[in-house]
Amino acid sequence: MQGAGHRVAITGYGVVAPCGIGKDAFWRGLLGPGITSAKTVEIASWDPLPYFANPKEARRSDRVEQFALAAAQEAFAMSGDLPYDPARMGSIFGTGIGGLRTLEEQVITRVEKGERRVSPFLVPMMMSNAAGAAISMRYHLQGPAETICTACAAATHAMGYAARLVAWGQCDAVVTGGAESAVTLTAVAGFANMTALSSSGCSKPFDATRDGFVFGEGAAVFIFERWDAAVARGANIIAEVLGAASNADAHHITAPSPGGVGAQACMRMALNDAQLQPSDIKQVNAHGTSTPLNDSAEAQAVAAVFGSPTPPMTSIKGVTGHPLGAAGALEAAAVLLSFEHRLIPPTANTSILGDDIACDVVIGEPRAWTPGPTISNNFGFGGHNGSVILGPAN
Amino acid sequence: MSQDLFDRFTKCAVELLSVDAAKVTRDARFKEDLEADSLDLVEFVMALEEEFSVEVPEKELEGITTVGQAFDLIAAKAK
Repeated sequence: MQGAGHRVAITGYGVVAPCGIGKDAFWRGLLGPGITSAKTVEIASWDPLPYFANPKEARRSDRVEQFALAAAQEAFAMSGDLPYDPARMGSIFGTGIGGLRTLEEQVITRVEKGERRVSPFLVPMMMSNAAGAAISMRYHLQGPAETICTACAAATHAMGYAARLVAWGQCDAVVTGGAESAVTLTAVAGFANMTALSSSGCSKPFDATRDGFVFGEGAAVFIFERWDAAVARGANIIAEVLGAASNADAHHITAPSPGGVGAQACMRMALNDAQLQPSDIKQVNAHGTSTPLNDSAEAQAVAAVFGSPTPPMTSIKGVTGHPLGAAGALEAAAVLLSFEHRLIPPTANTSILGDDIACDVVIGEPRAWTPGPTISNNFGFGGHNGSVILGPAN
Repeated sequence: MSQDLFDRFTKCAVELLSVDAAKVTRDARFKEDLEADSLDLVEFVMALEEEFSVEVPEKELEGITTVGQAFDLIAAKAK
């Protein structure tokens, strides 16, 4: 990654997702069945109490913040204590929306009971930056604490920015990733009415019969650290951030630019940032939402950048659904797990690729591979494109 | 002091402020003893308003620092 010569190590991560809480359960979930009969997928029986000092603290955190803190707890446990000046540690976090559940509940409270019953915690719970701010407060990170809200590209952009702060030597460690929990009745109706949700309730990225996404939720948190400092403190380095890029289609609020030209440019910028050739990329972790438009544009972009055959490409959204701003975070976690297990998880539910998909999509069984540089893409409403390139530690 | 009213008051405090019932005494100070900040107190008063079907205007809360003071205010209205 371009910068002041500092390599960026990943020394810890944590995951909270409907298919599994904790990285190992998440991995088992990724190898399990996909979602075949639901328009939404949420974490069943979520209990925030293990992640808070008392029920009061848990109650004043929206579910999206609870997810973020739970994932952060796993990440810090893995990484170990960071022995750096708090002023040189940051929190750069991503979310598409923020505390939408709290907002929706409180709007209902206001309508039913009046203004005097609206919670004094509404504002600090609904604000998009609450989850990232909570991480900064809990772990005493006094460097930059910023939240990126670029819809479904948010976590990818956050990780790119976080890595750059480390690469340029502005921070010794940055906690990053993304969280989302926005499956409210109103949001579901909004996505359904714009015909973005799967009418069949089946998430099958790149399939010929794909018909929309399944609305998910979750969080993943990563500790990015200066490589030499991580080595010096004896940390276990899991992976390296090799490059990242961000750009915009400047085309349409929801539709990708024709041929995925914005996504192509973004991937090329990320390759350039990593000083890699397309042939160096050994896996593509796709945005692959299972919507007709996204998957077509993304596949065209991947084919244009990498030629034929493309590197093996997978989308975990057959299992995870689409957790909006947390998508890139869950996907980066899946990439790290694919390094660890030397397997690329399959694109669940997908059986016959669409005619418009000229890519080597991993379907059926997980595919064995020799871990190498992997590009993960995410695209957000608003025309936001993000790519990050991760590599195994070596 | 009605024990029944105080029990209901205590139940709200335990639930909203995450404190042990034993700590909810007349002399307990919200900030120092029950670790309740100003937003906690706003939420707590809302819960009391619901529980006792009363209304407590903001200015009547000025100067209230202890459980006993808050209870007396509510109990007077609940009658």
